[in-house]
This record gives sequence, C-alpha cells and structure tokens, in this order.
Amino acid sequence: MKIEYNFAFFDEGSKREIRRATLKAIAIPGYQVPFASREMPIARGWGTGGLQLTLSLVGKEDVIKVIDQGSDESVNAVNIKKLITATTGINVTEAMEEATIIQSRHRIPEVPLREGQILVLQVPLPEPLRYYEPSEYETKKLHGEKEYSGVWLMLFEQIMSYGNMSTGADHPVMVHDRYVMAPSPIPRFDNPRLNCSKALILFGAGREKKVYAVPPHTGVISLAFEDFPFQTESFRNKSCRLCGAKGVYLDEIEDQATGKTIYQCNDTSFCMSRLNGKI
Amino acid sequence: MKDFEQPVLRVSHLNKQYGKGCASCRDAGGMVLNKNFCPVCATVYACRDITFEVYAGEILGVVGESGSGKSTLMQCLYFDQKVSGGEAYISSYKSGRENIFTESSQQKRYIRNRMMGKVYQNPVLGLKMDFSSIGNIAEKLIAAGNRNVREMEARGKELLEHVNIPVYRIKEAPRNFSGGMQQRVQIAKALSNNPPLLLLDEVTTGLDLSVQASVLDLIKQIQRRLKISVLIVSHDLGVIRMLADRTIVILDGRIVEQGLTDQILEDPQHGYTQQLVQSLLV
Amino acid sequence: MGYVAVKGGTLAIEESIKRLKYERLKKGDVLDVHGIECGMRCLIDQVMSESSLYSETLAAISIKQAEGSPEEAVFLMRAYRSTLPRKHYSRTVHPDDMLAERRISASFKDIPGGQILGATCDYTHRLIDFELNNETEGDISNWLHNFARDNGINSCATDLANLPKILDYLRREGLLQDCENNDREPDDITRESVKFPTSRSERLQILTRGQTGAVTSLGYAALRGYGALHPTVGELRVGHLPLYVDNPFDGEDEDDAYYIGGIKVTEVETLFPAPVQKENGVKEIEFGIGYGICYGQNETKAIAMSILDHCLETGSPEYPTHNEEFVLLHIDSVEATGFISHLKLPHYVTFQSKLDSVRKSKKSGRGKDMESDGELNP
Repeated sequence: MKIEYNFAFFDEGSKREIRRATLKAIAIPGYQVPFASREMPIARGWGTGGLQLTLSLVGKEDVIKVIDQGSDESVNAVNIKKLITATTGINVTEAMEEATIIQSRHRIPEVPLREGQILVLQVPLPEPLRYYEPSEYETKKLHGEKEYSGVWLMLFEQIMSYGNMSTGADHPVMVHDRYVMAPSPIPRFDNPRLNCSKALILFGAGREKKVYAVPPHTGVISLAFEDFPFQTESFRNKSCRLCGAKGVYLDEIEDQATGKTIYQCNDTSFCMSRLNGKI
Repeated sequence: MKDFEQPVLRVSHLNKQYGKGCASCRDAGGMVLNKNFCPVCATVYACRDITFEVYAGEILGVVGESGSGKSTLMQCLYFDQKVSGGEAYISSYKSGRENIFTESSQQKRYIRNRMMGKVYQNPVLGLKMDFSSIGNIAEKLIAAGNRNVREMEARGKELLEHVNIPVYRIKEAPRNFSGGMQQRVQIAKALSNNPPLLLLDEVTTGLDLSVQASVLDLIKQIQRRLKISVLIVSHDLGVIRMLADRTIVILDGRIVEQGLTDQILEDPQHGYTQQLVQSLLV
Repeated sequence: MGYVAVKGGTLAIEESIKRLKYERLKKGDVLDVHGIECGMRCLIDQVMSESSLYSETLAAISIKQAEGSPEEAVFLMRAYRSTLPRKHYSRTVHPDDMLAERRISASFKDIPGGQILGATCDYTHRLIDFELNNETEGDISNWLHNFARDNGINSCATDLANLPKILDYLRREGLLQDCENNDREPDDITRESVKFPTSRSERLQILTRGQTGAVTSLGYAALRGYGALHPTVGELRVGHLPLYVDNPFDGEDEDDAYYIGGIKVTEVETLFPAPVQKENGVKEIEFGIGYGICYGQNETKAIAMSILDHCLETGSPEYPTHNEEFVLLHIDSVEATGFISHLKLPHYVTFQSKLDSVRKSKKSGRGKDMESDGELNP
C-alpha cells in the first residue's frame, strides 16, 4: 500500500481547526486556548505544538527558518525542517530576512523580527501557575479571576531564599496587563523582545494541547517587584570569540586545549552573517 | 456619626443546608428534625436563619457545641462554603450596600484578601505549610496588590515579631513549627492587611493550656491595639468569657440566645445556655 | 567565499537513520508483515488499542518498522491517524450484538447462555514450550487439520451473536442502580481539547487508548491500596462487533445503513458494591458499575479500565487514582514517552540561563552586595 500525505501533513479540516484556535489566541493575548493537539510524526515534547502551528499556517509561498537552542543545524531543528519540507516542498532558509515563518525552540533570534513575520515558539509547559497549583481545573479559574498571587509568591520565596529572583529560562510575563504567561523556556535575555514585537509571536504546546499568542505591538512585561527589578542573564565584558559580538546571548564553552572558558554566539546564523560582513 | 452606627458586618437570615431537603422537612418548619438533621432525607440544616451584627472594635463570641453549625457559619462568611440563603454586608465593601454572598468569585476573593482575615482551627487550611512563614504573610499582601519585597518583608517581620516568632525563624516553613507557633503565624497572616474584620475559628482548640493562654492573650492585646472587630467561635465558654464583649449562643444551627457576655454568664435564659454556664462553674 | 555553517546536524541524522536501518536488517532476515499479522496477534491488539486505530495490517507494518517496540509502533500509528479526515461516523454500536468468542462472569456460575471460556492464557501453565523452537509448517498444518476435523460439526446450540447481558439480570432484580441511556453526542477528544471536569465519554476514550502498562498499574493501585475497591467482574466478553455507517445520501434509516466490517473488542463490566442512602435513614447496598472496552483481546487492560472508570466516576480527593487530572493526563503512551524522551534534546540555552541564576545566588549568598550586572528590563 502506498499512501500520499496531504500538503503540510494534516488533512485540511485539522489545519482549519488549529487556525481557528490560533485566531482566538491572537484575539485574547496571553490566554491559553485549548486545542485538540494531534499526534505528530515527531515525539511529544520535541516541538509538536510549534510544528502543528507552522503546518497549519504554511502556504506554498512561505519560506521557513527553524532553529533549536539558537542553532539552525541542531539535530532537532534539522529534523523538524526535514518534516516540513517533506510534506510541503517549501523553501527553508537560515537568513532571518528571508523567512516568513520562524519556528524556534527556546530562543528569539538576535536579528530583530520584522512586520509580517511569524515567530512560532515551542512550549513544553504552558502553565505559569502549575508550580503553585497542580490542577488544571483550578489554574483555569485563577486565570479567569486574574488571581496571580501564586506566581508572585514563587518569586518572593526565591528572593527570600536566594537574595534574588532565581528563575532561569521561562521567567513569567504579564501580557497586555491581563494574562500572566509562560514565555516558553527562552532565556530571560529574550524576554524584553516579546514586548511590542513587530511580528506575531505564537506559542504552541503540543503535549499540553494549548495555543497562545502575543500579537504585534502588544505590551509584555516580565514580572518583577518594585525593588527587585527583572534582570537578564549577564554577559558583561564577554564577547563572541568568533565574530566579537557583544550584548548577545552567548554559549559558554570550555576550550579543550587550555581549559579556559570561552564564549560564542548562541545564535549561529547571526554569528555567520556577522562573519560574512552581512550585518 | 452614621459610620459609628453602621455595623462592620451585618448578617441576616443566613441559611446553610447539606442535602436537598424533602417535603417533610421543608414545610414543617423544623418540627420533624432530629436536632438539625432530617431523618427522612438525611439533609443537615447546619445554619438556620442566623441574623446578627458585629460592630466596630468589638469582639463577638459565638459559642455552641460541636456540630451546632458555628464553624459552618464561619466558613460561609469567609466564602469557604456557599450559603443556601441569606445575606451579609460589610461596611467597608461598597458602603455595605451589596450582599457579599451574591458577588462574583473574583469580588469574593477581593473581599477576602482585603477586608477579612481568618484563623482556622486547623493551620493546614490557613497556611501554606511548605512555604516560608514570611512568604505566607506576603501571600496575603501580594494578593492585596503589594509589589514591594522590602516593604512586605518588613511588614511580615513586624507581624511575626508581634506574635512572638523569633526573627531567625521567619524564613522557616510552618511545617517545622509547633501547633502554638503555627496558630501564631496564622494570626499574623490574618492581620497582615489590617482587615476591619478578623474571623477566629476555634483557634485554641487542641493546644495545651499554657499555649492556649498565651494565644488568647495575644489576641486580646492585638485587638486592643488595632481596634479591629473580631468574630470568635468556640465550644469553650471559658475562651468566650475571656475575650468576647457580646456573645451569641448557637444550638442545632439556630441562635438561641444573645446578649452581653457578662449578662449571659450571670443570667442565662435558655436551658442550653444554663447548662453551659453551669459546666463552666464546675 | 565566506564562512559556511557546519552541517553537522544534517549529516549526523542521516547517518543515525542509516545505523538504525542496519540494526533492523543486520541479521539478514526480517519478519515479513504477514508473519507479524499471523504470529503477533496480542501485540497487534495492544498496538491497535493504544493507537485507537483499528487496522491489523497497519499495526503489523508499524511493528515491523518499530522492530517490535510497542511505544514506537503506537507512535507511528497515531501520527498516521492524525492525517486521516473523518468521512463517516458509524452508527452506535451495541455490545449485545457481539459475536462472542469468549464470555465469562465471575459473579454468577450459571449465566444465561453459559460461560464460554474461549481462547485464554489464564489456564495454561506458564512453562516455556521448547518445542516451539522446532515447530515446522508441517506440524502446523497437521494440527490445523486435526482441529478442523474434531470441531467440524458445531454442536453448540448457543446463539453466540445474541448472548444476553448479565447486568440486565441485576437490573431486573433492582440490584443495580438504574440509569438512563445517555444519547448525547460523545465529545471527541481527538477533535476537541479535553477540559476539566471531563465528561464520561471523554474519560472512556482516554482510558481505552491509554498505555496498557499505565492503565494496568493505576487500576492495580486502586485495587490494592488506594481506594480499597472490591470489584467483581460481572461480565467479560471478547468477540466481534459489526459496524454500520448510514447511507450518506439517504439519512438515518437503519435498513439503508452499510455494513463496513467488524472489529474485535474486549468488553468488561465490573460491579462495585456501594452503600446508597435511601429515605428515612435507610442505607442499602447496591452495585455501582465500571466499564471497560478495548480494541482486540486486551483483557487485563479492559478490566483495569473498568476499575479506573469507576474510580473517576465516583472521584475522591484522597486518592490519585480517583483524580481525573492525575489519571487522564498521564496514561497516554505518546505523551508520556514523548515528554520523557525530550529530555534527550539539548537544553544548552536553558541550562546557561540556570547557570547564571545559580552563580547569582552564590554571589548574594556570600553576602556581597547585589551585583546588578544583568541588563535591567525597562
């Protein structure tokens, strides 16, 4: 038996349903819209939420860029790209300016997003209140009532214990002064880029079956206390060993020869463009 | 002068029943009930037509045996339970013109976070046992909109000091504390937002006598200093005698007697109250 | 000639896939799909059940591709299932219409229609049959020949397609709480996201497609210590159910419906004695019910499903096995295996971010002034 898959893997009905959930998400910034997440040819937790969004949105004219942890060439990014091209035949790119849809795991690229682009972020745990309240039924009520004491309490407890907020990636944000949202595990460094973005930013959690969105030009504020401001990761006095970039998110690497710690751009295509003098 | 006359809390015709009720208990006006229990349909009438007021700066005691409905009354007032009927008004909420029982759950949360504090008999219900003590107090401040860590920390320290929790233990979780300490942390938490009304539900039950005395002392002190209104529920007339200005006696879900505490102790009218007072003298 | 990105990832994946294929083929001989269909009936049933896709052939191909790993095979089937449009819905299936191959009751010895043991491992001794190592085609055809000869005349008078349901007997006796038929359109969990609290139709769908091991383990937990349940299997049946779809042009006339084939299922109805409060303080014991149904012959899973159905129907804050979010959100094979295996993905960025926090906490832990060397958010 030989079976042909539909364009972009899903049947048209499924794609339409995902787009409907996405439209609702855009209409209510930061609100987690439940959707009937489909099983995908890649594993749950490996980007199925983002992939479903991408596949439901992609048209024949689109050009896609996929990155994982900042890298276009990471095995998971390659794997997702392979699936998208195999089922759609569309073009892939590494250049930000060429891409219409950018699917990313755990990073917002260094090159600023522009109007008309869509950034799709993969989300493992969409619920910012889960740590405080394990029940989905309860957290839904808390969102409904804008009752976010639990998130604040978590941050307060961190300050009491460690002298400062100790969130790593996935530092919670307030969207449009209404919903507290998990920005997906992007580093705190990327949080400010969500604020008033020119591009549409979509979040897909496949296993948890949620879609949410930050529409263009929407206010997104990282949660912080008056006297404990939000801080991004620090790379002060450090620069990329390859392109020399400063003020970008750096990977920490041990130089095997010298045993010293060296740094290089986490965003590989950004680094490459700089090396080639394009930026 | 109008403010002076308006009670801080006004409860009228509060009813709470567990079970649907049936033809025989609904219509007979409680005649067929065995205490507050309908033997036909097993409905429990926990609170029946409860009406009272709490005035500014007073301590109102509610005394009754266990199962009389006094804790249910407290749960209803703090929105832990939904009432079956009746109204309640808080003077500081919409000028005492809205029945708080019919407000949205969001508004109820608002009232709970800013206008009331409650101390439960069981600290597990009132505290997050695994969070720090200071975090427990901050939770209530955060819920009321505070976003300043140092301010909340200072307020928490002050309150915990008030209730005699040593400064070096304020970052510890209440789980590690003794029963008396846990109650004191609860009191501090309940007081954190300077609520006009404090609800105390059997706060000393289960503590040993010397600890009971110190907790009661603390409540008395705090009430004098902060001049807040307190509604205190206990099965122990001794506790009520020590604290309450006025007292309500509740039996099988109904108020059977009310008046100044001294008056009730000196000249109890209802047979049940007489029994209670007698047992206190023995 | 500028700098070029290292194409490590692409190459690595290609080589890894080659390597995987080599592992599958390296012994020079593989099971063909037909062989899997013939010899791995139980694995096929399990995979179809967990995939919620009934196709023995597709299950066999998936098992071949997955080299026998049920989690991978289910994964392949589910992903394929996602691409299938819904063209028809079957008419409601009535398990009374089952053509039974096996049907037992642990509640009554003599049941109308009789106990039918059918094919089961239950009474085999679990001794490895070393003869199977040398089983030849000749042995097989001889055995089949003899079997056909001995069973040539069907002397059984029972109408296997019309066995009465045992629970109907209890209903007539008034021992089982009567309930109305719920003819509401079921909520389709694959089309609409599950919201809590769930409907029973949602619960049953999630349970029936649950991972066999997970459903069994949680059912066992409810039985052993978390809920103190004492169920009795009222009836367990295995057999074929006929499926019909309405004539797409001619509406809902049953006579015009098309028979599209049959599916083999295991159906279990379990009884749980439970006190019921009646008028005037009288307490009676009646039976509550738990329902389990799975594709194929999956008896343990179906029984465990019926236990969990009952647990979730009654609910209890005390036991995780009675908590619908705990049970329903964690028993799906694709979700559980996917999220656990995602830990193999690189987490460089998140780890770097965590490192930053850890270092910061160490700094302030040493009593130094808070260094605000991170960029501040305006």
